Amino acid sequence: MGTDLNQPRWKRLTWYAGLTALGLVVLLPVYMTFVRAISQPRAYALAKQPPWPVHIEWDVFSRAFRDGDLGRKFLVSAVVTVLIVAGQMITATLAAYAFTFLRFPFRRALFFVFMATLMLPIEVTLIPNVQTIRSLGWLNSYPALVGPFLATAFGTFLLRQGFRGIPRDLLDASQLDGYGHLAFLRRVAIPVTRPVVASFGVISFLAAWNQYTWPRAVVTEGRWETIQIGLRNVSTQSADHNNVAFAGALIAALPIVLLLIFLQRQLVRGLTTGAVKG
Amino acid sequence: MSRRLRESLLGLALLVPSAIIFVWFFFYPLYRLFVMGLHQSNRTGTAERYVGWGQYSDVLTGHQFTEGVKITFTYVLYTVPLGLVLGVLLAVAANRRLKGIKVFQFIFSSTIATSVAVASVIFFVLLNPQIGYFSSIKFFSLANTDSALRGVALSSVWQNLGLTFVIVLAGLQAVPDEVQEAATLDGYGPVRRFFKVTLPLISPTLMFLAVVLVIFALQAFAQADILTQGGPLGSTETLVWKIFNSQQPIDQGVGAVMAIGLFGITLVVSLVQFLILDRRVHYGN
Repeated sequence: MGTDLNQPRWKRLTWYAGLTALGLVVLLPVYMTFVRAISQPRAYALAKQPPWPVHIEWDVFSRAFRDGDLGRKFLVSAVVTVLIVAGQMITATLAAYAFTFLRFPFRRALFFVFMATLMLPIEVTLIPNVQTIRSLGWLNSYPALVGPFLATAFGTFLLRQGFRGIPRDLLDASQLDGYGHLAFLRRVAIPVTRPVVASFGVISFLAAWNQYTWPRAVVTEGRWETIQIGLRNVSTQSADHNNVAFAGALIAALPIVLLLIFLQRQLVRGLTTGAVKG
Repeated sequence: MSRRLRESLLGLALLVPSAIIFVWFFFYPLYRLFVMGLHQSNRTGTAERYVGWGQYSDVLTGHQFTEGVKITFTYVLYTVPLGLVLGVLLAVAANRRLKGIKVFQFIFSSTIATSVAVASVIFFVLLNPQIGYFSSIKFFSLANTDSALRGVALSSVWQNLGLTFVIVLAGLQAVPDEVQEAATLDGYGPVRRFFKVTLPLISPTLMFLAVVLVIFALQAFAQADILTQGGPLGSTETLVWKIFNSQQPIDQGVGAVMAIGLFGITLVVSLVQFLILDRRVHYGN
């Protein structure tokens, strides 16, 4: 593919045209949703739903916060996401460190047990887990929303891969200097593997923000709804008001759009871990 | 205390935080599922009686479960192959040294920013029988029992497009330029080069991706919850949809067995994934 830049002009232009067409197809659903969100619903229906906005109402986004209580939902989602990312960082770092640098009985077996949790998605254990939450009186609470996600086999695995790249000599040297394991973890292991930690953080954020099934199961009151499960109300709203829900969907995606723009490298590296060798 | 013992204790101590969560929310519930599958509750959940393994065979061969499996597997068939083909198409198109290619790569990866719920609302706009732009296209109509699942699947295909694109592109970029150039010197045209050289080289990536997409499809729930509420006439009730809606005490035994069934399916898929990964590691060496 090294010759692309030297190809004749018409060939390059054809290629650009093809790429643009594909890009438009990918973006079309978002564009349609945007048009629908900013158009006044009745006027839009009367105009027979054209592919451009009709009677634009920009205040639909502020109304989404006011009428749809989006502010509260945003807050719940943000708190849940921060708690999950922080919790996973702590538990996974500690476990990954132990599995990489410490010798203890049943290490291999315990690692296998940890990885086995990858085969137990929340969808499988949903019924007994909801029962646990209910019997603790935790329905509609932060502990319920974050509890099952405070540990992660995927993150443990990822960080262990990162830690394994650290030469053993570094640990020995730091111990000669009188550092204990926790000091080594904090001052050497984490700083050295910062790219891996960052990738993991971004993936963890993405997964936590986008969750649906679990919050849907443990939330029964509107004020504990995350922004994602709040979106399901689109199906029960009347056609005169669902532009607010469409605006809400666009707002819900915004934090991840920002993530994609500013932390693209970390995100892509995290997503492709395991997919491509090396 | 000897150094060795101290190291062992520290190692185990560092696992405790994770282990608590794993036991509490992963292994104990798995055990509970098996027990629940052996029992039946009354309507209020105040009384439980042992019904034994018969409930397992009844549920796993019963209409509700087999229908859920059929719908879920059909969903896999609708989403995975199409998703892979489109992902490869986008990745091959964008794997060029052209000015501004980064912009196209960003656009193609943009659906990563959507959650299942956001994608479902977006496809609500496109496919909803009352207001959807494309609701008149019979092939994807959410209003008919024989096409609704295709419409729901379409939202997943679009939502996963960004992820698929990013991963395939990374796979393509890992193919050394020299390999492509050697094939060109050997007189391979672009099409033959793609099928004979590029595709075999990225096939491990595609296998990995296929497994990821299958697992996503097995867990499909929000799409049906938002777009169709399982309808029309239960035609989009995926396995997870059925499990989710078996939470009343009286349904719990049945729901638990269906969850065990889903666990079994997930296990088989994960095993396949493991074998693929294992083989690839050996190739790598």
